[in-house]
Amino acid sequence: MKDLNAKILSGLRIEDEDFLRLAAEADLHQLGHWADAVRRRKHPERKVTYVIDRNINYTDICISACSFCAFYKTPPESGGKVLSFEELGEKIEETQKLGGTQILLQGGLHPDLTIEFYEEMVRFIKSKGIHLHGFSPPEIYHFASVSNISVQEVLDRLIEAGLDSIPGGGAEILSDRVRNQTSPNKCSSDQWLEVMEKAHRRGLRTTATMMFGHVETLEERLEHLRRLRQLQDRTGGFTAFIPWPFQPDNTALAHGFSGKTGGHEYLRTLALSRLYLDNFDNIQASWVTQGPKVAQLSLFFGANDFGSTMIEENVVAAAGVSFRLSEREIRRLVEGAGYAPEQRLMDYSPANS
Amino acid sequence: MGKPGDHPAFFVAMEKMIEEAGLSAIYDKVAGEERLSLEDGLQLYQCRDILALGALANIVRNRKNGDNTYFIYNQHLNYSNICTNLCKFCAFGKEKESDLAYEMSVDEVKAKVRERLEEPITEIHMVGGIHPELPFDYYLQILEAIKEIRPGVHIQAFTCVEIAHLAEIAGKPVDETLEILKNAGLGSIPGGGAEVFSPRIRRLTCEKKLAGSDWLEISKSAHRHGLHSNATMLYGHIETLEERLLHLDALRKAQDETGGFLAFIPLAFHPKNTEMADLAQTSGIDDLKNIAVARLMLDNFPHIKAYWVMIGPKMAQIALSFGADDMDGTVKEEIITHMAGAESGRNIGSATLVRLIREAGRKPIERDTLYNIISTP
Repeated sequence: MKDLNAKILSGLRIEDEDFLRLAAEADLHQLGHWADAVRRRKHPERKVTYVIDRNINYTDICISACSFCAFYKTPPESGGKVLSFEELGEKIEETQKLGGTQILLQGGLHPDLTIEFYEEMVRFIKSKGIHLHGFSPPEIYHFASVSNISVQEVLDRLIEAGLDSIPGGGAEILSDRVRNQTSPNKCSSDQWLEVMEKAHRRGLRTTATMMFGHVETLEERLEHLRRLRQLQDRTGGFTAFIPWPFQPDNTALAHGFSGKTGGHEYLRTLALSRLYLDNFDNIQASWVTQGPKVAQLSLFFGANDFGSTMIEENVVAAAGVSFRLSEREIRRLVEGAGYAPEQRLMDYSPANS
Repeated sequence: MGKPGDHPAFFVAMEKMIEEAGLSAIYDKVAGEERLSLEDGLQLYQCRDILALGALANIVRNRKNGDNTYFIYNQHLNYSNICTNLCKFCAFGKEKESDLAYEMSVDEVKAKVRERLEEPITEIHMVGGIHPELPFDYYLQILEAIKEIRPGVHIQAFTCVEIAHLAEIAGKPVDETLEILKNAGLGSIPGGGAEVFSPRIRRLTCEKKLAGSDWLEISKSAHRHGLHSNATMLYGHIETLEERLLHLDALRKAQDETGGFLAFIPLAFHPKNTEMADLAQTSGIDDLKNIAVARLMLDNFPHIKAYWVMIGPKMAQIALSFGADDMDGTVKEEIITHMAGAESGRNIGSATLVRLIREAGRKPIERDTLYNIISTP
C-alpha cells in the first residue's frame, strides 16, 4: 500500500489490481485525499467550472425500454410526443436569455424518424446560434439502423448539419452482461465505444458517463472504466467523465431492488474514478442525483466541475429526484468549498473570455 | 481482508494528510486523549481540509463507539404548535389565532399512538410549543395516555424550555415538577431548545425563550433526577464560530458535572417559512464540520447524532465517517423541520437505515432511548 501511495502521489498510472485493492481497503477520507491530490495536480488553479445549459428531450417515445429508466413511453403506449420546432425554438430562446451557451439534446429511440428529420432539427437549432451537444451513442446507432446507413454516415451528416459535440449518455455500464440484463435493445458496449471513437476521429469532443449501483459487480465497473481509459489513450477525445448512481423510483428495475446507492458509495466511486481515469482532464459532480450538499463534498473527492445549471431536466426527475439549483446557488456552494466558480463552455474553455 | 482503512500504511498517509492541514498539534492531543481548547476548536472550524478534519473526528468516533452505529424505532408526536415564543428561526410555532394552529386533545394523542400499535416502536418523542392556556394536568394526562396504550414504550418528551414552562404553570419548583412528570411516565428529555446559548443570539432570534444558562440548569436537574437527556445546537444562521464553541464548551462543562447527556445533535438551520428566510441553507461542508468539531470538542459525550431529517439520509450516512455514530430513527410524520423546508422524506424504513449504515462500512445496531441494544440486524 505504501507503493500505491507513492504511485498515486507521483502521478503514475494505477492498474486494475490497484483499483480493486483501493476499493476494498482504502477508507473514505483516504480515497478523498488521494483523489484530491490527483485533482489538484490536474487543476492547480483553485477554481471549479460549470456550464449554463438546458436539457431538451426532443421525444420520450423510445423502443429501448431499459429497465432502469422512468422517462420513456414505448409505442403503442400513448402519451409520448415529439417536440415541434416551434417548441424547440422557444426553449432555445429562453436558454439564451438566461445566459445559456449550449443545448444538451437527447431523446428516446423513436421507431420511425429518419436521418433527414434529425439533420433538419440540427440545422434548425444551429440557426439559433448556440452550441449543440447532442445525440448519445445509442441514438446515433439507432438512427443508422432506422435509416439503414452506416454509423459513419450518420455522424458525417449530423456534423455537416452542425452538430458540435456528443454527450456521454447511454454508456450505463459498458459490460454486455449488464446490458443484456437491463437494456437489451440498446447498443452494445463495443458499439457505444465505436460511435465515440468515430466521433473523436472526426474531431468531435464528447463526454463519458457511468450509471452504477444496480446489477453490476465491482469488476464490471472497473471494466467500464478500463474501456473508457483505453479509448481515451487512443483518441484523447473525451472532455469529462460523469458518474452517477441509478435512481430507482418509477423504473421497472426498482421491483425487488433495495440497494439504492447512498452518498458514501457515490463519493467512493467518484474518487476511484478520478484515480483510475488518469487521462481524463475533468470529473463532474452530479448534483442532479446527489443534491447540493453531497455535490459540494464531491469537490473534495475528485470532482472539479459542477456540471450544468440544467434549466430543464426531465429524465432524472421522472425517477423521483428533483433537485433544482440556480447559477447563484452553484456559485455559492463552490465558494463555500474554497474555490472560485467559473462559467465554461462544452470544451471547458471559459465562457467569458 | 481487513476493513477499509485498517492497513498500517493508511495511518502513515492519514498522518500526512493531517499534517498538511496544519492539524498535527491537535492530532497529538487527540491521540493522547487530551481535552481540546477553544482555540483548537476555532482552528478546526477554520480548517479548509474537511477530509483531514473528518479523519481526526473519526479517530475519536472509533475509540468511543468502534463501528457501532445506532438507530431507533421511534415515533414523533407534536401535541401542539401553538407557541408564545415565536422564535425567528422557527416555522413550526404559531399564534393561537393562526389558521395553521393546532392542538391535540388527549384522545387525539391516544389515537396517534394507537395508529401505530402494530409497529415495534420503542420510543415516543414528543415536543410542542409553549402553549399559553393548556393546564399542567394536560401534560400529565398525555404522558399517562401514552403509557396506557403502550405501557412498555419510553417517552422522551418536553425540552428544557417546555419543562421550565410546565414548572411555572404547575406553580412548583423545577425539581418537583420533574418528579411529577417522571411519575406520570416521562422517561427522558430531548435536546431541543438549546439553539445557541449566547445571550446575543437569544436576544436577536428568540428573545422570549428560556435563557441558555437556565436550559443548562434544567438539564442538570433532570440528570440528578435520573432523567437522561440530549443536547442540540442550531447552527447556520447568525451565530459566530466563537459562539458555537462557547456553546459546546458550556455543554462539556455541564456534562463534567452530571454525565447525564446521551447524545449531542447538531441541527442545521432551515430558513424556509421562518422570519430568517433570506438566509441560505447550510452547505454539506457546514454540516460535516459541525459533526466533526462536536465529536472532537465534546470528549465526554458518548454519542454524536447525524439527524437525517435535518441533513438528508445521504449526508447523515457520510457523517458516519466524520464523527457521528447515530442516525436517529424511523421518525415518521416529522413536522417541525419539514415546515421549514426540509427536503428529506418524512419517514425512513429501518431497512433503509440498516443498508445505509452497512454501505458506510459500519455495524448497524437498533437501540432503545438509553442506548441498550435491541437488536443487531
